[in-house]
Amino acid sequence: MRLSLTINGERREDDIDPRTLLVHYLRDIAGLTGTHVGCETSLCGACTVHLNGHAVKSCTVLAVQAEGAEITTIEGLARGGQLHPLQEGFWEEHGLQCGYCTPGMIMAAADLLARNRNPTETQIREALEGNLCRCTGYQHIINAIQSAAAKMRTQKAA
Amino acid sequence: MFPASFEYHRASSVKEALAMLQQYGEDGKILAGGHSLIPMMKLRLAQPAHLVDIGGIRQLASIREEGGKVIIGGLVTHHAVERSDVVRAKLGMLSECAAVIGDTQVRNRGTIGGSLAHADPAADYPAAVLALDGEIKIEGTGGSRVVKADDFFIDLMTTAVQPGEVLTEVAFAPVASGAGFTYLKHRQPASGFAMVGVAALLTLDKKGNCDRVRVGITGLGAKPFRAKAVEAALLGKAPAPAIAAAAAHAADGIDPLSDIHASADFRAELARVYTRRALETAAARAKA
Ligand SMILES: Cc1cc2nc3c(=O)[nH]c(=O)nc-3n(C[C@H](O)[C@H](O)[C@H](O)COP(=O)(O)OP(=O)(O)OC[C@H]3O[C@@H](n4cnc5c(N)ncnc54)[C@H](O)[C@@H]3O)c2cc1C
Ligand code: FES
Ligand code: FES
Repeated sequence: MRLSLTINGERREDDIDPRTLLVHYLRDIAGLTGTHVGCETSLCGACTVHLNGHAVKSCTVLAVQAEGAEITTIEGLARGGQLHPLQEGFWEEHGLQCGYCTPGMIMAAADLLARNRNPTETQIREALEGNLCRCTGYQHIINAIQSAAAKMRTQKAA
Repeated sequence: MFPASFEYHRASSVKEALAMLQQYGEDGKILAGGHSLIPMMKLRLAQPAHLVDIGGIRQLASIREEGGKVIIGGLVTHHAVERSDVVRAKLGMLSECAAVIGDTQVRNRGTIGGSLAHADPAADYPAAVLALDGEIKIEGTGGSRVVKADDFFIDLMTTAVQPGEVLTEVAFAPVASGAGFTYLKHRQPASGFAMVGVAALLTLDKKGNCDRVRVGITGLGAKPFRAKAVEAALLGKAPAPAIAAAAAHAADGIDPLSDIHASADFRAELARVYTRRALETAAARAKA
């Protein structure tokens, strides 16, 4: 069936099998492999992308449910070669080791920062409840998000 | 992991959805947020031949006030209920409950209609909808009807919604000012669902005695229920001394679920303890 949507600002149309999950569509058809597949059972959050501005687990969304939607993946965060403050934060604060969970963590964090510019550590932990990291540990991830939030607040102010 | 093949149909109105459901009969199934159905389809526990996607029906996705009631469309997400100013101001318990369902991503997709129609015995909303005396509107090809929360939940994953029908909205009378309430759950650590969840609401008369008590419990039995023995034990009494004895009735007459996460006895004990704590919080927040 015909699917048309916008991914990272670019319109696309594809013919897909209705049972295609959004994560497989993004990786295998749109070629955007930055979004990872972890558990495939809606628990780990590695597949998190934004659907019309909200973080969702793309392993639990049918691609056809995204008809007409705007999708943002990790590839869509950087602007003109300049990394997003969250990407910089993860880099500078050692927010990743293997990197498997990182795209999902960053997309979940971006959803949080869009709603709350200055989250507390508790609020960050709550917002990341649906994202699992099996190697870095969460403290560095929280530091990374706080550093990005601070940077984004000064950028806004400037 | 992906679902078995199916044919996909997008409904643009309730009328169109009903016609599609009638056409496909037993082979058709409604898709809303998909956060219960898609996992089941991936596990092949559900293999509908036809999916009728109601996700694009805009008029089911709004919260409005009408005739003194707050009316929440079946497609309103948990996130939208959590964040709604009207819900926060008039049905605080419901937004408290929505805020502890699953995680952010789940709340961004899952809908109130889907949660109620699915009736997972560990789902959170049912406890709050029972305690708030919600009224559930169901539409079929023959017209619509309204079912009280008390009559809505029938058995494990079985509700008053019949095949071919759409749950279109849930209506609530605003919570009385001065009422105290809370929704308190014991999370199953892996899934986040309620091992036991208790929604408690009470109001006090001028003397400080309870003149209205509502306790909804989820996770304990095959279906969520109102703990009427607890309510009766508290009615007319001052909360502080009566709560402990009343909460001891939380599991009366219920055959508790038992699984690898919690035995029946443990669940019953959780229900009693969480009922006591929820009532204590509600009483502390209530104003005479
Ligand atoms: C990782 C994860 C964690 C979760 N944690 C929790 C939790 O802690 N607490 C909790 O309560 N829930 C939890 N859920 C479930 C979540 O809240 C679901 O979104 C909800 O139960 C179903 O809503 P939905 O819109 O996704 O329904 P769908 O999955 O689309 O549908 C569910 C069922 O209801 C039917 N249906 C849907 N909408 C309607 C309607 N309007 N009229 C008639 N029938 C309808 C469908 O045909 C289907 O049978 C979790 C889910 C996931 C994936
Ligand atoms: S792959 Fe989607 S939540 Fe784990
Ligand atoms: S960085 Fe390896 S799983 Fe998180």
